[in-house]
Amino acid sequence: MTIGTPTDQPSRLAFGGLIDRRLPLRFRFDDLELTGYAGDTLASALIANDVKLVGRSFKYHRPRGILTAGSEEPNALVELRAGPRREPNTRATTIELYDGLAADSQNRWPSLRHDLLAVNQLAAPFLGAGFYYKTFMWPAAFWEKVYEPAIRRAAGLGRAATAADPDPYEKAFAFCDVLVIGGGPAGLAAALAAGRAGARVILCDEDFLAGGRLNAERRGVGDKPAYAWAAEAVAELAAMPDVTLMPRTTVYGVYDGGTYAAIERVGDHLPVPAPHTPRQRNWKIVAKRTVLAAGAIERPIVFGGNDRPGVMLAGAVRTYLNRFAAAPGRRAVVFANNDEAAATTADLAAAGVVVAAVVDTRRDVPAATREAAKAAGALLVAEGRIVEAKGGRRGVRSALIRNRDGRDMHLACDLIAVSGGWSPTIQLTSHLGAKPMWDEARAAQLPGALPPGMAVAGAAAGDFGLGSCLAEGHAAGADAAEALGHDRSSGAAPVADDEPAGLAPYWHVKDSAGKAFVDFQNDVSVSDVALAVRDGFRIAEHLKRYTTLGMATDQGKTGNTAGMAVLAEATARPVAEVGMTTFRPPYVPVAIGAFAGHHRGKAFRPTRLAPSHAWAAERGAVFVETGNWLRAQWYPEAGETDWLESVTREVKGTRERVGVCDVSTLGKIDVQGPDAGTFLDRVYANTFSTLPVGKARYGLMLREDGFVLDDGTTARLGEEHYFMTTTTANAVKVMQHLEYCHQVIWPDLDVQMVSVTEQWAQYAIAGPKARAVVAALLDPSQDVSNEAFPYLAAGPVTVCGGVAGRLYRLSFSGELAYEIGVPARYGDALIRAIMTAGAPHGIVPYGTEALGVMRIEKGHPAGNELNGQTTAHDLGFGKLLSKKKDFIGRFMAARPALTDPGRTTLVGVKPVEPGARLRGGAHFVPRDATVSSENDQGYLTSVAFSPELGHWIGLGFLANGPERYGEVIRAADPLRSADVMVEVCAPCFIDPEGARLRV
Amino acid sequence: MRIRCPYCGERGLEEFTYRGDATVTRPETLDQTAEAAWVDYVYLRDNPAGPHREHWYHGAGCHAWLVVTRDVRTHEILGVELAGGPA
Ligand SMILES: [Zn+2]
Repeated sequence: MTIGTPTDQPSRLAFGGLIDRRLPLRFRFDDLELTGYAGDTLASALIANDVKLVGRSFKYHRPRGILTAGSEEPNALVELRAGPRREPNTRATTIELYDGLAADSQNRWPSLRHDLLAVNQLAAPFLGAGFYYKTFMWPAAFWEKVYEPAIRRAAGLGRAATAADPDPYEKAFAFCDVLVIGGGPAGLAAALAAGRAGARVILCDEDFLAGGRLNAERRGVGDKPAYAWAAEAVAELAAMPDVTLMPRTTVYGVYDGGTYAAIERVGDHLPVPAPHTPRQRNWKIVAKRTVLAAGAIERPIVFGGNDRPGVMLAGAVRTYLNRFAAAPGRRAVVFANNDEAAATTADLAAAGVVVAAVVDTRRDVPAATREAAKAAGALLVAEGRIVEAKGGRRGVRSALIRNRDGRDMHLACDLIAVSGGWSPTIQLTSHLGAKPMWDEARAAQLPGALPPGMAVAGAAAGDFGLGSCLAEGHAAGADAAEALGHDRSSGAAPVADDEPAGLAPYWHVKDSAGKAFVDFQNDVSVSDVALAVRDGFRIAEHLKRYTTLGMATDQGKTGNTAGMAVLAEATARPVAEVGMTTFRPPYVPVAIGAFAGHHRGKAFRPTRLAPSHAWAAERGAVFVETGNWLRAQWYPEAGETDWLESVTREVKGTRERVGVCDVSTLGKIDVQGPDAGTFLDRVYANTFSTLPVGKARYGLMLREDGFVLDDGTTARLGEEHYFMTTTTANAVKVMQHLEYCHQVIWPDLDVQMVSVTEQWAQYAIAGPKARAVVAALLDPSQDVSNEAFPYLAAGPVTVCGGVAGRLYRLSFSGELAYEIGVPARYGDALIRAIMTAGAPHGIVPYGTEALGVMRIEKGHPAGNELNGQTTAHDLGFGKLLSKKKDFIGRFMAARPALTDPGRTTLVGVKPVEPGARLRGGAHFVPRDATVSSENDQGYLTSVAFSPELGHWIGLGFLANGPERYGEVIRAADPLRSADVMVEVCAPCFIDPEGARLRV
Repeated sequence: MRIRCPYCGERGLEEFTYRGDATVTRPETLDQTAEAAWVDYVYLRDNPAGPHREHWYHGAGCHAWLVVTRDVRTHEILGVELAGGPA
C-alpha cells in the first residue's frame, strides 16, 4: 500500500510524479486548511487531500467532483481569491497551486456540504429542456419580477467581484515564422524541427509544464521516459535564440491574415502579480505558418449518475496518478469502449489502487486489456456496461454493472475511470468558418478546410498514437520551416510506438438508472435530449438552443460529441447527419480585463493637454474634456461660489477690457503647393484662390451629400501656402477628408497637406485693450495699428525677443481680437508673457464657457449647430456657396429639399419675461399651439446668460426662421417641465454691424 | 486582418479605417441631367458576394488612401494599391 503518507495528504502517492515534495504549499478550500506541493494544480492537491466534492451543478445543485485534468473541465469550477481579486468560474484543474491560495466552492448555500438549493433536484421535472420557453410564458410581468430573480439566485455560477480589479492587464503583439499551438508530443516535435531549421518559432502551451500527455503517461520516447524527453526538448528549445516558449498561454482565437489571439496567465499562479508585471497579457500573434498540435479531449460515456464525484475520465485518472502522484480513489472500476482500459488499469494497479472491475463495452476485448485486468486482479466484464453510479454527496460508493446477459452486480468503489474515446481539439480550425468533418472510423470530428497557413499534427488531426504524434509534429514543423525558405535540417523525428486505440463507438447506456448527463456544466441529461427530439428539434444547432447543451463556460468540450451521438441515436440517423454546432472564439473564457488591457479609467483614451495646461492648473482652472482634450472651462477666483459667477466675470472682463483664451485645440492643417488655392476652392464651399496673401477668411466645408461638414478660418501665408483651422471636434475627420479628396478624387492637383495641430500653441487675445497687449508682446518695429494690420490680416511676426510666430486678426468673441501662434514648445512661456503684458490692462483669462457665451452672443454656429443635419442655408450661410466653381457638396446641396425656405433656419431667441431661463433642447411650437410633435417647428440648440444684455439668450433652428423675427413662440421642454415664451430675433445679439471688430 | 500598405508594408487592421466602395466615380458635370449619376455616386452601393474594391485609409500609418480588393466572403485580400495610382 503506497497511499497514505504523508498524513496531511492521505491520497498522495509515496513517490513519483512531477511535483516538488521539498516545496509544500499551504492553501485553503472553503473551511479546509490543506497542503499540496509545488507542481500541483488545485485539483491535484484536492485529490491528494481526498477532497472529492468540489462544487454544485448549475441547475439542480447536484454534487460534483473533478472530471478532467485540463481546461475542458466542466465541473470543478471555483471562486479563486477573495475581495476585489475574486475570480468566479475558474477551473480547479488549471489553477497552479501557490502558497496561500484561497478558493471557495460556488453555487451553493449555505455550504457545499449542506446546499439547501439542492431542492431544485426535486423540481427537476419542471427544469427540463426548454423550460425557459415553456414555463414562463404568462403572465409577462411575472418573468421580470418573480421567475427570473428566483432562478438567478438558485441557478447560476460564481459571483463576480464587486470592487474593481486592482491588477493590471496588458495587450502585446508578437510576430513569428511558425506558431506552434500546444506543447505536447506533436507540438514539441514541431517546434524542435522548425527551430532546428532556423525558423523563428513561438510555442504556446496552456500548461505551466510543457509536455502534455508525455507527463501523464508511463511511456517512453526513444530510450527515455516520456516526461524526461519532454524536459530535454523544452531545454533544447529554450536554448535556441529564435524560439520563444510561452507557457501558461492559451491560443483562443484565429483571425484573418495569420493573426492569432492568445491569453498569457503571467501572474495567475501568484497571489499578487510580481511588481511591474500584469496579471494577464492578451497577445496578438502574427504567424506565417501555424502548426496546430492542440491534442485531443477525452469524452465520457453517458450512464446513470455519471456526474457523481468520483466519476473521472480515464486519461485524467492517469494524469493524477503519474504526473501528480495523487490517487483519485482507493477502489476503482474502469469503464471504457477502447484500449484506454488497459493502460488505466495498469496505472491504477501500479499506484496501489484496487481495480475491482474492468467493464468493457466491446464484444471482443483485446488481449492487452484482458491481461491488464488479470494482472490487476480485476474482474473483466466484457460487453458490459455501468447502468448507475450510486452514492451520496461524498461521491461514488458503488457501481451497478450489467453484463451482456442482462445480469446485474453491485461492486463497491469510490472511483469510476471512464473513457468513451477522444475528440480532437479542432476548435481553432473552425474559427474562420470552416466546418469540421465527421470521421466514422475514429468516431470523431476532424478538421475540415484549414485556415490559410495552418497544418494540424498528432491527436488534433485524429492520430492519437504517441509515435504518430511525434512523427507528424516533426514533419509539420520541418514543412513549415522549409516553406519559409529554411533548409530541411531538422534531424530525425523522435520515435515511439503507437499504442492501439481499438475504439468501438459506445455513447450512452440506454438502460441507465437515474439521471444520465451529457453536459455536466449546464445540467443537460439524456432525457433532455430525448425531450427536445420529441418537441421537434432534430439538428445540433436547434438542440443546443433548446437544451443549452454546450452553452456553458466550457462550451461543451467534453459533452458535445456524446450529445450529438445521443441526438443521432434518438433520431435514428448517423452522427454525421445531425451536424455540429459552430466553434467561435474564445476557445477558453477570457477575462474582460484582458481585452481592455491598460485602456481603463482615464487611460481608456489619451488625454491631450493644451499648451497652457500647467499654467491653467496653477491658477486653479476647472477643466472639461472636449474630444480628447482637457480644456480650461473657467478660472474661478477667490470668493466665487457659482460657475455662472466666474463665467460672467470672464465675459465682462473681456468685453470691457481684454481677455485671453487658449485656442490651440482647434485643428490646424498646413496646405502647400502650386495648386493649393485650387484645392481649397474644391473642398470649401466658398473661394480661397482669390484670397490675398496676408489675409484670412471664414470657410465653410460641406460633405458630398450637401450637408455642412465643418467650418473655420484659413489664412494665406504665401502664394502657395495656406494655413487652415478646423473645429476642435472635427480636426481628424477633416484631415482624413482632405486627404481623400486629394488622393482619390483629384490626384492630379499638386498640393500637400499636413496636420500641425500639435505643433502650434495659439492664443486668442480679445477686447478693447487687445491691441495694446499684442503690441507689448511683439518685438519692436512691428506695426499692429488698424491701418497696418486690419481686420482679417494674417502674417508672420516675432514675439518675446525673436520667437518666430504668426499673428491673425480674427475674432470669435466679436471684439477687437488677435490670435497669436508660436511653436508649441513656447506655449507655456507665451501664456505667462501674455498675462504679464496684459496685467496693466486688467487682462482676464477665459475658458470654454465664456468662449461659448460670447459666440452665442455673436450668433456663430458651433458644434451644437454643426450637427451633421444642417445645411448652409439652415445656418444662414447660403450666400457663401459659390456659383462659379465645383466643390464638394455643391450639386447635392442644391437639391430642392435642402434649400426649401420651410426648413428650420438659425435664429436667435430671447425670453419675453426677462428673468426667465432658457434650456437647450427645448422645442419650438407656435405661441398658442399645444405641445405636440405635429406642432413642432424646431428646437433650441445653444443657450447662454448674456452679461451684457442681462438676460438669457439662445440660438436655435426654426421653420421659416428669418421671416419670423419679432414673433413670440413657445420654447417647450416637457422633460424638465419648462415652458418659456420667447421672441424670435436675428442670431446676433451684440454689435450686429461688427463695428467693434474693425477699430 | 492584415493589409499590405504599399508604403508601410503589412500592418494590422487596427491601423486602418474603412470607407467603402472604391468603384464609384465622382461625376464631372454639375448639369441637372446628371442628377441620377450624383445620387448613384453619393448613395447607391452594390453589395457583391465576392471580390470587392474598397477604400481604406492608413490613418495610423502613412495617411495613404488605398484601394483594397477584398473577398468579402472570406476576407482574403487579393490586392492593395494606392488610390491615386502607382506609388
Ligand atoms: Zn501606410
